[in-house]
Amino acid sequence: MKTFNFLILISAALVIGLTSCNNQGQKSSGALTANAAERTYIPPGEYDEFYGFLSGGFSGQLSVYGIPSGRLLKVIPVFSQDPEKAYGYNEETKPMLNTTHGFIPWDDTHHPDISQTNGELDGRWVFMNGNNTPRVARIDLETFETAEIIELPNSAGNHSSAFVTENTEYVIAGTRFGIPIPQKDMPIADRKGNFGASFSFLSVDQDNGEMDLSFQIRVPGFDYDLAHPGRGKSHGWYFVTTYNTEEAHTLLEVNASQNDKDFIAAINWKKAEEYIENGDFTTEATEYAHNIYDEHTHTATSTIKKEVRVLDARELPGLVYFLPTPKSPHGCDVDPTGEYIVGNGKLSADLTVHSFSKMLDAIENEKFDGEAYGIPILNFEDVLGGTVVQPGLGPLHTEFDNNGNAYTTFFISSEVVKWKVGTWEILDRKPTYYSVGHLSIPGGNSQKPWGKYMVAMNKITKDRYLPTGPEMNHSAQLYDITGDKMELLLDFPTIGEPHYASMIPADMIMSKSKKIYKLAENEHPHATTNDGDVRIERDGNNVHIYMTMIRSHLNPDNIEGIKVGDKVYFHITNLEQDFDVPHGFAMMGANNSELLIMPGQTETMVWEPKKVGIWPFYCTDFCSALHQEMQGLIRVSPADSDVELSWSLGE
Amino acid sequence: MKTLAKFILPVLGFLILSCGGSGEGDSSSSSTTSGAETSTESPKSKVKASERIDLENKGVGPVTSVTLDPEIDRKLAVEGKKVFDQMCIACHKPDSKFIGPAPKDILDRRSPEWVMNMILNPEVMIKEDPLAKDLLMEFNGSPMANQNLTEDQARAILEYFRTL
Repeated sequence: MKTFNFLILISAALVIGLTSCNNQGQKSSGALTANAAERTYIPPGEYDEFYGFLSGGFSGQLSVYGIPSGRLLKVIPVFSQDPEKAYGYNEETKPMLNTTHGFIPWDDTHHPDISQTNGELDGRWVFMNGNNTPRVARIDLETFETAEIIELPNSAGNHSSAFVTENTEYVIAGTRFGIPIPQKDMPIADRKGNFGASFSFLSVDQDNGEMDLSFQIRVPGFDYDLAHPGRGKSHGWYFVTTYNTEEAHTLLEVNASQNDKDFIAAINWKKAEEYIENGDFTTEATEYAHNIYDEHTHTATSTIKKEVRVLDARELPGLVYFLPTPKSPHGCDVDPTGEYIVGNGKLSADLTVHSFSKMLDAIENEKFDGEAYGIPILNFEDVLGGTVVQPGLGPLHTEFDNNGNAYTTFFISSEVVKWKVGTWEILDRKPTYYSVGHLSIPGGNSQKPWGKYMVAMNKITKDRYLPTGPEMNHSAQLYDITGDKMELLLDFPTIGEPHYASMIPADMIMSKSKKIYKLAENEHPHATTNDGDVRIERDGNNVHIYMTMIRSHLNPDNIEGIKVGDKVYFHITNLEQDFDVPHGFAMMGANNSELLIMPGQTETMVWEPKKVGIWPFYCTDFCSALHQEMQGLIRVSPADSDVELSWSLGE
Repeated sequence: MKTLAKFILPVLGFLILSCGGSGEGDSSSSSTTSGAETSTESPKSKVKASERIDLENKGVGPVTSVTLDPEIDRKLAVEGKKVFDQMCIACHKPDSKFIGPAPKDILDRRSPEWVMNMILNPEVMIKEDPLAKDLLMEFNGSPMANQNLTEDQARAILEYFRTL
């Protein structure tokens, strides 16, 4: 009997053992609702399936998340200074934030867009707009650093931007606010009819990614909101929503909501290229900064450029057409085939979808319904492709999956609605928490979406997380969209305010991610790639310290002969050549940030000592068992002292 | 009963083990062991690791056999000095102790394979090679940095060491 019981016990243990073992081995399939945790859990040491690049909104940065885990992998400084990485603080990156308004340490980032080839994401670069002082940045996806920033002249509120055409021929950046062009001193009340707006076409060098302001298209001084380039059959066109076609200059929440319909502007940029080719442009004097970070010198340069080629849509036929779109449209999204252009009228009960082929037909047959500032207005009925009837309140943005479905966010009713492209029927709706803005599906604004996950990015957080005072980080929600119904899997906080996000399969970029900067390729003019070249040079009050760092010492670590009133440049090279061994550098009393220097890289900190004494410096990034020993001392003597300049290590 | 238990318990043990194994994946330190544990398991010798002589130990790493030509290859040595001056000199002075030991006369004390493996595979060497472990302690726990050299570069440095 005892033996029998024992056997039963053992058998039960065996069954349990085997089952639990099986569950570990297999990833989620089967039951759909109860296992959300399992479907977003990435075990320690394993990787997420997608990279998500979420804009930082008023943080000015770009955040990198792992999807589906929602883990924050990195914050890439773009338009805002970042003391953690010395971006905008060290001498090398200060030029990145230069503009014609001087050094600007902040901006407002909205729409990251990944480069494309043949209409599909290719993972070379991320482009992103700075909304406030109009600029476009390029982030390199090998270094995950900002490689370039270009300022946009004749523009204000760079919102309908920065979106790439299907072979990254251009990054197109539209203005938001109408302004006087060129700028001038005039009464605000005279706005109507006297303002202009610009669409900037930034050509992209396919080898190194460098942008060039190829030309601008001048359009009437409405406000312009969001945009997408055509793709597939509509490649060569660019669509952008307008609002405030009333041209109101005050109390816009009322005065810019008067017209029953505003427009989606359809811009034929292939036609623009023809006009440029034929010389039908005017070259206007202007000013804008173009800042490029060189990966080999680890240094940015800022150049002020002086002119721009302009095509005036009010005078050149065939360049721009207006598609009437109800009630202050916001999002302007093109489906993967390129046939449908979705205009999300914020104050409209229905979603309006324009048909590209109907638009071409209407243009060909000149079925115009008047004009605005010389630009033909097409008939609403002639270009209407379909209507999604009463899907929700306050539609904002639409993305697409690879099965012919569209997903639209509704700000006021706090939900995402899934509908069928072509039949316009509503298939599903799921709440978001709360007041969703943009949404993102990997490749969801390209010809090839990966319709596995959708991330909804919300404007209001309220009770989603533990309260952290009056300010709460914005929340994002991850949904599984592989089934008929969307399933909420995960909730995670974001930085700043993520507007748009661009997501891509991890395997398209992870293998290219740079591990070190090779010392042999270091072309920094103040690099010290050989410890034998460590030295200090005085040039009047300027003192240049050529320092090296490696686990776990700084060379030199004893410095004398510095005087009050000197301007001391620490040019420091990290001699490590191993992945993920950066060293930091902090100087007591320096009026800027630390340096954080990657293996093989050189960075420069300026320090202007104000007090006599002996002042310490040290490595800030725990680098080895002897990290705490990685420190040094500088003797600062009075301005009139005659202490000789000297330096040493280990003497 | 006793015989039954004797039979079943090992089976259970096996199952549990295999389950744990599958959970961890296959990434853990695989076949980096070598003949290192043979002779030099420091018998608490009084001789400092840097002065100990062991020409048999080839260390742990990618280099298993190096044949040195009796004639020093001067061109290769010049090449090696160039790499050494950029990648190594921050911690090693050619003929005096600094952060790490001096490479002068190193081949009187170490096999060429050991030297190259120490350059190419330092993280594993300080964990698995008894001599490298003792060296780490002798040199204040200051770990040798992996400077990501190629095998050719390490070979060139070895040739440079022969000229010191």
